Amino acid sequence: MITLDSISRSFGDKQVLHDLSFSIGSGRMTGFVGSNGSGKTTTMRIILGVLAADSGRITVDGETITAAHRSAIGYMPEERGLYPKMPIIDQLIYLARFHGLSRHSARRRGLELLEQLDLGGRPSDNLEAVSLGNQQKVQIAAALIHRPRALVLDEPFSGLDPVAVERTLEVLKDFADTGAPVLFSSHQLDLVERLVDDLVIIDGGRLVAGGTADELRRQRSTPEWILQTDSDMGWVREIPDIRVVEFDGNWVRFAAPNADIAETVLHQAITVSSVKSFAPHTVALNRLFQEVTQA
Amino acid sequence: MSTQQDSNSVDTRPPATNAPRKSGLATTAQTQRASFTTAIGLVIEREVMVRLKSKAFMVSTLLSIVLFGALVAVSGSLPTLFSSTDKVAVTSAGAQAVEGIDGIELVSVDSTDEAKTLVTSEEVAAAVVEDPASPVGVTVIAERSAPESLTGALSQVPTVELLDPHAPDPGLTYLIGLGLGLVFFMSAVTFGTTIASSVVEEKQSRIVEILLASTSAKVLMFGKVLACSILAFAQIGLTALSVLIGAAISGNDLVLGKVTEPIAWFIPLFIVGFVMIASLYAAAASMVSRTEDLGSTSSPIMMLIFLPYMAVILFSSNETVMAVMSYIPFSAAVAVPMRVFLGTIEWWEPLVSLLILAITTILALLLATRIFERSILQSGPKVSWRQALTRSKK
Repeated sequence: MITLDSISRSFGDKQVLHDLSFSIGSGRMTGFVGSNGSGKTTTMRIILGVLAADSGRITVDGETITAAHRSAIGYMPEERGLYPKMPIIDQLIYLARFHGLSRHSARRRGLELLEQLDLGGRPSDNLEAVSLGNQQKVQIAAALIHRPRALVLDEPFSGLDPVAVERTLEVLKDFADTGAPVLFSSHQLDLVERLVDDLVIIDGGRLVAGGTADELRRQRSTPEWILQTDSDMGWVREIPDIRVVEFDGNWVRFAAPNADIAETVLHQAITVSSVKSFAPHTVALNRLFQEVTQA
Repeated sequence: MSTQQDSNSVDTRPPATNAPRKSGLATTAQTQRASFTTAIGLVIEREVMVRLKSKAFMVSTLLSIVLFGALVAVSGSLPTLFSSTDKVAVTSAGAQAVEGIDGIELVSVDSTDEAKTLVTSEEVAAAVVEDPASPVGVTVIAERSAPESLTGALSQVPTVELLDPHAPDPGLTYLIGLGLGLVFFMSAVTFGTTIASSVVEEKQSRIVEILLASTSAKVLMFGKVLACSILAFAQIGLTALSVLIGAAISGNDLVLGKVTEPIAWFIPLFIVGFVMIASLYAAAASMVSRTEDLGSTSSPIMMLIFLPYMAVILFSSNETVMAVMSYIPFSAAVAVPMRVFLGTIEWWEPLVSLLILAITTILALLLATRIFERSILQSGPKVSWRQALTRSKK
């Protein structure tokens, strides 16, 4: 488990992180969400030691993080980059050797990864000679080349086609299933929703919400229900404690403080019409995110 | 596609640990970060290999080696190439007068008239005939102008007393300054630009962030400076070798003899001075995100090299200026060898110059490291020198 404890950081006069604290659990996929400029990239750079924090502490399983810990993290920066004019396998070997791998074992590991990523045939091509999709795969290989024990990925899905997104997802899930902590940021909230175990939401460099995705949905929103009948349901608006969120003739989505009150709506509906469907509605993270960041 | 994913999914599992629910980050026997020196070695190895694989670099290196070597080899025979043997018609008295003059071929004639005919028909360049009226007893006949080799040799020369026959030729001093300055200036600019573009390449391609997560900015900068220095010294060393071979072929004892000591001083001064300039170039490059912006931050360094270089050449005969220049780190590498050649320098002065240069180089490295660490992650508009120096830590 990697834990951030009261991390602050300023650039000049501008403070971009304010006492930020959260944890990346082992074996958990942790989604890191925030609007542009909210401090996600700075946070990730601080975890990797690329930037230093002004104050606060990062621990790994309770110990203050060291260079050795950091060396065991696979990192994919938001802005992708490898050497355009260098053979793919050579740059993987080069990066791996900074982490103490021998040239020989780095080559073996690199070829193995490229094969698994369907790039096996062309390890000695220059990076710029392969397609953009394949360049992305090489980038993933670069994050995994030194057999990391944790992953920190900044926007791993941006710019990927749907097939490559699925591919990357597989990789990340497999990785987290081995008990490794995985942190990734994304703007694609539908993806985050599908993927994450835990969620960290920041805004303006401050933590606004953190926890499991289910917990957050429960905490952060009034439960909602969707009711559909065969007649107009304008009467729902008249019921106390009920807030109609969306209405379309015989279809209504409403928020109620608890399930009992929601059921009174159902009972009333049964008396006046034939009920087609009635079910609790899960708030999508998209809305949750908007709610949280605008609150 | 998605159905195949299970069969060939990427094996990302870290080796099994005893405590699977721990992150495993603490049990990293396998992935020990490379040490400072190992990491610098990695950077040097990559930088050198990239240049060696670059056709442009290899071609320019080979060209300069061949060119300089050939130039020196040919220079020994230059005087013979440009002088030609003049045919001179002589009467018997004339033949006596011109006896012992080099570079002329004698054509014997019987009379002054015959000599004039040969001159007019341009069969000979000139003629030397007896003339009792002339103070030297002969007259030189030529169509438009007499060959200087002839008139010079026939003129009466006053006695010359040489007070210091070994005093350096000012023209030669100038040439040495020009030559050493050129070597210094060219390699500093060429390799300075090389190091700068290598830094910007990593910044522009953004790989620098992955590198910084694996190693430190210091490692990157030192590695690049050292790699470029190694390449520069190798290139100049090979060029020097080819110059020596060329000199041996042409029998040019100037290169082999008199300039040995100045060159012996040039080498250490150049090596230290080069490291200073390379580190400044690395710092300048770290402040920009795109190659196009490089000129604006690197031009001050170019001026630092170019102005002293110009001054050394322009004031090569002014002892006071040269004395001052030999203590200025940016011009020492050229000014000191020139003064050594002129013999106007005390034995300890080159040592002091070298010391000053070494201290300046260490300061430049510290300054460059500071700038590099603070600027290397900055993307977008270029960082100014002032910002780079006052900015807070990384």
